[in-house]
Amino acid sequence: MPNETEDIEFRLLLEALYQRYHYDFRHYAQASIKRRLRQARVQMGFANFSAMQERLLHDEAMLPRLLNYLTIQVSEMFRDPSYFRAIREKIVPHLRTYPSLRIWIAGCSGGEELYSLVILFREEGLEERTIFYATDINQDALDTASKGIYSLDRIKAFTENHRLSGGKSSLSDYYSSAYGGAAFDKTLRDRVVFSDHSLVTDAVFAEMHLISCRNVLIYFNRELQDRAIGLFRDSLPRNGFLGLGSKESLRFSAHAAAFGEFVREEKIYQRREP
Amino acid sequence: MSHVAARAVVIGASAGAVEALSHILPALPADYPLPILIVVHIPPDRKNMLAPLFQAKCRMVVREAEDKEPALGGVIYFAPPDYHLLVETEGTLSLSTDDLVLYSRPSIDVLFESAADAFGAALVGVVLTGANEDGAKGLKAIADAGGTALVEDPLSAYVNTMPIAALKECATARAMPLTAIADCLMKECAV
Repeated sequence: MPNETEDIEFRLLLEALYQRYHYDFRHYAQASIKRRLRQARVQMGFANFSAMQERLLHDEAMLPRLLNYLTIQVSEMFRDPSYFRAIREKIVPHLRTYPSLRIWIAGCSGGEELYSLVILFREEGLEERTIFYATDINQDALDTASKGIYSLDRIKAFTENHRLSGGKSSLSDYYSSAYGGAAFDKTLRDRVVFSDHSLVTDAVFAEMHLISCRNVLIYFNRELQDRAIGLFRDSLPRNGFLGLGSKESLRFSAHAAAFGEFVREEKIYQRREP
Repeated sequence: MSHVAARAVVIGASAGAVEALSHILPALPADYPLPILIVVHIPPDRKNMLAPLFQAKCRMVVREAEDKEPALGGVIYFAPPDYHLLVETEGTLSLSTDDLVLYSRPSIDVLFESAADAFGAALVGVVLTGANEDGAKGLKAIADAGGTALVEDPLSAYVNTMPIAALKECATARAMPLTAIADCLMKECAV
């Protein structure tokens, strides 16, 4: 049975990645990871996962290449405009009552969601009092996010999303054409801290007022989802907010009781009394 | 052909999907023992109307798939718009926002290939009407794992591109009209 052999090789490859480099994908939802690794295997020209594993163990240059297959997530700015509209209309009024704010974009990947939130906060006059923490486990993704350059053919969709989200300015105010792409204004990064952080292995690092973590948890199995949600619970004071992806929910989580639904249809939760 | 009793059914459809599925799903009884997982190509910005639409016509329970829920017999699951639907080896469902495959998310190939991994020979895959080639590779993966591969007859399909592509890629797939597919799904669940 070739599939059974492949399954063994697949688990061994993840184990090698963990033991050698401490990147732990062993408790990710396996179907997507396997699909991505198969793609990597074919494109890198390896006959099987065992051959990939050998190279990974002996050649450190393989690590970033593999991580790009495993973790890079292409998103859109203001993806699901109604989510950002809900942040603007229902969350911002609460955030205004705080003299200083900390926002965590967990699993920021290429930065699309980060810039969306910074622009929204600037439009709402909250940027100056806010620190944005943008974290990911992939250094290449963090580099991309901290450059803030997106290909021009994506800008039309970003602009439309921004408009639908209730944007109060023109998205074109925030970028200029450069390097064959749209380079977002570097002042948007003035209040941003980029950091390598893993929801799988790292701990709480600050108290947050809003955590946005969308379409990251679906890549985890239930246990790992609970670990990540536990980190969010412990990072949020009473009344802090947590925003998830449109198909993610706390319904089945061990920590469900620690949160209330704040904007149910947008999967925005609020931390209850600890 | 194998005589492994099926544990799940996966169906992929694109242009003309609602009409084609309306010949199959309402024919199945409320206690149909297998989960049925379905990818229909729909625009990403649409709310998924498929589940309520088919719940009104079907005796089985019809839902939009949720992340990490177990796939249960007697339930029809539709992939949500703009998410891939996958099956984990323990039989639970996963969603992903991975890149489009053949311009599609959800993608039929993504569902079929993961289901072939999870269920092996105990799987029935069905490719229906559609205007692209999604599903062809996935159906081949199902057949390669020993599962049953069915394709809507290109002669009667609303758009035959997808059935033709599937038959070309997957030599052991059987082409048949929609009513015969419904009959076949009834037989496959009996040991």
